[in-house]
Amino acid sequence: MSENTSIERVVGIDLGTTNSLVAYMQGDQPVVIPGVDGSNLVPSIVALDPVDPAAESSRPTVTVGNTARRSLIATPERAIYSVKRLMGRGLEDVREELKLFPFHLAEDLQPGEVLRIRLGELTFTPPEISAYVLRQLKRNAERYFGSPVTKAVITVPAYFNDAQRQATRDAGRMAGLDVLRLVNEPTAAALAYGLDRAKEGIIAVYDFGGGTFDVSILKLNDGIFEVIATNGDTHLGGDDIDNLLSAVAIDEIFNDHGIDLRQQPDAIQAVRKAVIEAKIALSTQPAALLDLELPGGLRYQREIPRPVYEQLIAGVLARTAAPCRQAMADAGITPDQIDEVVLVGGSTRIPAVRTLVDQLFHLSARGKQPHTDLNPDEVVALGAAVQANILAGSSAVTDDLLLLDVTPLSLGIEALGGVVARIIQRNSTIPASATEHFTTGVDGQTNVAIHVVQGERELASDCRSLARFDLKGIPPMPAGLPRIEVKFLIDANGILQVSAREQRSGQQASIEVKPTYGLTDDQVETMILDSFDNAEADFEQRQLIEARLEAETILAAVAKAPENPAWQLLTPDEVGAIESTARALEAAKLGSDLAIIRLCVTALDQTTRRFAELMMDQAVSSAMRGKTMQVAGDQLHSSDTIHAPHQFAPAEFE
Amino acid sequence: MDTPRTNESNCWACHASLAASPLLCPHCGKVQPSAGINYFQAFAAVTGGQPLLTLDLAALEREFHRLSRKLHPDRFARASEGEQAWSLAATALLNDAYRALKDPVQRTEYLLELKGQGVGEQNAGRNKSADRQPPADLLEEVFELNMQLEELRMNQKMGEDDPALTADLTRAQAHFDGLLAQVDSDLASQAALWDSGDDTARAAALKSMASLLDRRRYLRNLVRDVKDALATPAL
Ligand SMILES: [Zn+2]
Repeated sequence: MSENTSIERVVGIDLGTTNSLVAYMQGDQPVVIPGVDGSNLVPSIVALDPVDPAAESSRPTVTVGNTARRSLIATPERAIYSVKRLMGRGLEDVREELKLFPFHLAEDLQPGEVLRIRLGELTFTPPEISAYVLRQLKRNAERYFGSPVTKAVITVPAYFNDAQRQATRDAGRMAGLDVLRLVNEPTAAALAYGLDRAKEGIIAVYDFGGGTFDVSILKLNDGIFEVIATNGDTHLGGDDIDNLLSAVAIDEIFNDHGIDLRQQPDAIQAVRKAVIEAKIALSTQPAALLDLELPGGLRYQREIPRPVYEQLIAGVLARTAAPCRQAMADAGITPDQIDEVVLVGGSTRIPAVRTLVDQLFHLSARGKQPHTDLNPDEVVALGAAVQANILAGSSAVTDDLLLLDVTPLSLGIEALGGVVARIIQRNSTIPASATEHFTTGVDGQTNVAIHVVQGERELASDCRSLARFDLKGIPPMPAGLPRIEVKFLIDANGILQVSAREQRSGQQASIEVKPTYGLTDDQVETMILDSFDNAEADFEQRQLIEARLEAETILAAVAKAPENPAWQLLTPDEVGAIESTARALEAAKLGSDLAIIRLCVTALDQTTRRFAELMMDQAVSSAMRGKTMQVAGDQLHSSDTIHAPHQFAPAEFE
Repeated sequence: MDTPRTNESNCWACHASLAASPLLCPHCGKVQPSAGINYFQAFAAVTGGQPLLTLDLAALEREFHRLSRKLHPDRFARASEGEQAWSLAATALLNDAYRALKDPVQRTEYLLELKGQGVGEQNAGRNKSADRQPPADLLEEVFELNMQLEELRMNQKMGEDDPALTADLTRAQAHFDGLLAQVDSDLASQAALWDSGDDTARAAALKSMASLLDRRRYLRNLVRDVKDALATPAL
């Protein structure tokens, strides 16, 4: 351990299907760290900028978040979203996803190889794509603290299997992060809610996000958050609603206008963007209008009344009911025994989802309401920050808190006849272990193969293959005589560790692991992003680069400002002040004095303050007064109903 | 199983006695290597380190929480690698032990395993044939039941409904549920004998618990089959 660990902050990261966030503990409260654009959410979109022939680097620049979103429509073959769906998955698992998402797999992909996705002229594994998102969050945090950040807690869906967890941890490593812990998303949410109330009782967390669904039942007892059961579906989320609505619109466009958009990726993205906006509107309004300009100057306009919408999505929502019932059954409780329900994830804004939750947990019948007071998009990141603080041991607020989580899936080994012998049951508190004994079947045999699977089915072929372990170096003995003790241990991250020992000779048997869906350590090593990311010496340099990027973002916004009607309301003095501070920033950004660039950014932010207010006034209520452009953009987002189409409006993606 | 650790072990750091708390030094609070500690010893504060079958569940939970707070890897994120490894192993043992000891049946199974009367074959899982071997005194009833189950499945295939058969099977299910309850109460009596008896009585209790557990597993599978069959809707 390095000496400066004690002063270093540990951040909490929610690496989401649609949006990602980074948070930390500010005193007694977790807070989300905004990005350069002032937004708390970084859309989990990664894009390759078109290659600049003049650039020395042969690799194109990778952009992340809102910047990458623009590429999604302009150059869809160079952008990717929802890559979380592909983490830790094999070729044969993703056939369905490929029909619904514009993922282009590398043509030379071999069976059994980790997936690679084509972006422009390059290919990337899913952990690499996620690593770019993580690196952006890491940079946002470093910019915010003005010091390097290398340690993080990352959240994962509770129902993620071993391979999906390993892929997430690999992504962290590639991004230059030491991942101290993977925390289950619903558990993190419970932690965020439970922080300032010494509650006792049973709570259920219903976490319906962009691409995954989880439900966890926890027992709270004097600061101990003990998960008693969890269930879910790692391929069920708001994405599925978007895909459904898109498919309906594309069908209708074909039927009404004879235009087939299915082969036009840019048009599909435009439809997707429109249906997402409609979906968001339908959470607060009785109807929404889909209005799309089609190739050839035609228009597709379609009003979607909420009852029609709810009928369309009923099937998707209903898929969350079975995991909830199973979790309650596994926990040995009835809905009436649940004291509180916490809603997490953007999809829980949908009124029909709330109705379903109310029925599943008998809420209004018992005079109860679900907890929604924390922003459902942020609560997981906030909880991750709390867990980060627990691990850092850095403040008394979290001293008495402890998470005891469970493994979502049973662990088994393939026995004779392809039957699964379960060695660790699902919902076992982790860390959990099991010891098994193996022997040889042939005289002089020196190795034994063990196939480890995860899942609840009776046959190994129906479960998720985790890895094949090859125990080597067994001393040659008559068949059946060696006694090899194998210890399986699921650690606090939900990741399997295996060790083995031949008991008669006392020799440590060596184990070769062949992960079924995963990268080897050596492969991860080659994928670590920009090695300088770890080096503190380069930190100043990177700060400078980022300050320049920030300057460019603000200057670009100011350059566009005169197009806004609000500009006309400024006095000539105000316009003059903006123009002169903008010129100052232009000049500063060419130099390499970080402090001066930062100063000029702040100055420009100040002189544009009134313009930001005027712009807000036009779009929003007067509640936004007295905010700078960045803060106003931030607040604009947090108000649910308004989506102003200007530069500072952050992600509209749910 | 490794060589069982004696109750007289001492803390690696301060040499205090670990008799009452083998995973965590009661004197200096350091996490201890957990190799060779059995489940009952892990909860020495509740069991006195002895393989007892009658346990106070509330006390067990309190001790589980108390030790979790001290031993959990979350508490060792900044500790040395060695201590991290011990924390992981000790917490895994604590969790495994709590899971087994809080359930009377698993607790008994664990005791039998410890005493070399393990019920499970190596890697045999829960599908091993012994579970399908009916206890001698039940042969006749089980034969009858299987005939009825077969008939029910045939009916379901044909889309027919035979209320008399369903009623018979529901009665049979209740009957076997009753036998299961009897096994549980017999197990509890044997557990009491184990806890209080002399060596001879203990040996006898061990033997009868082993066969009671076999009977219990068989009955449980049977009841599950009947339940499943009755729950299957006719096509
Ligand atoms: Zn000590």
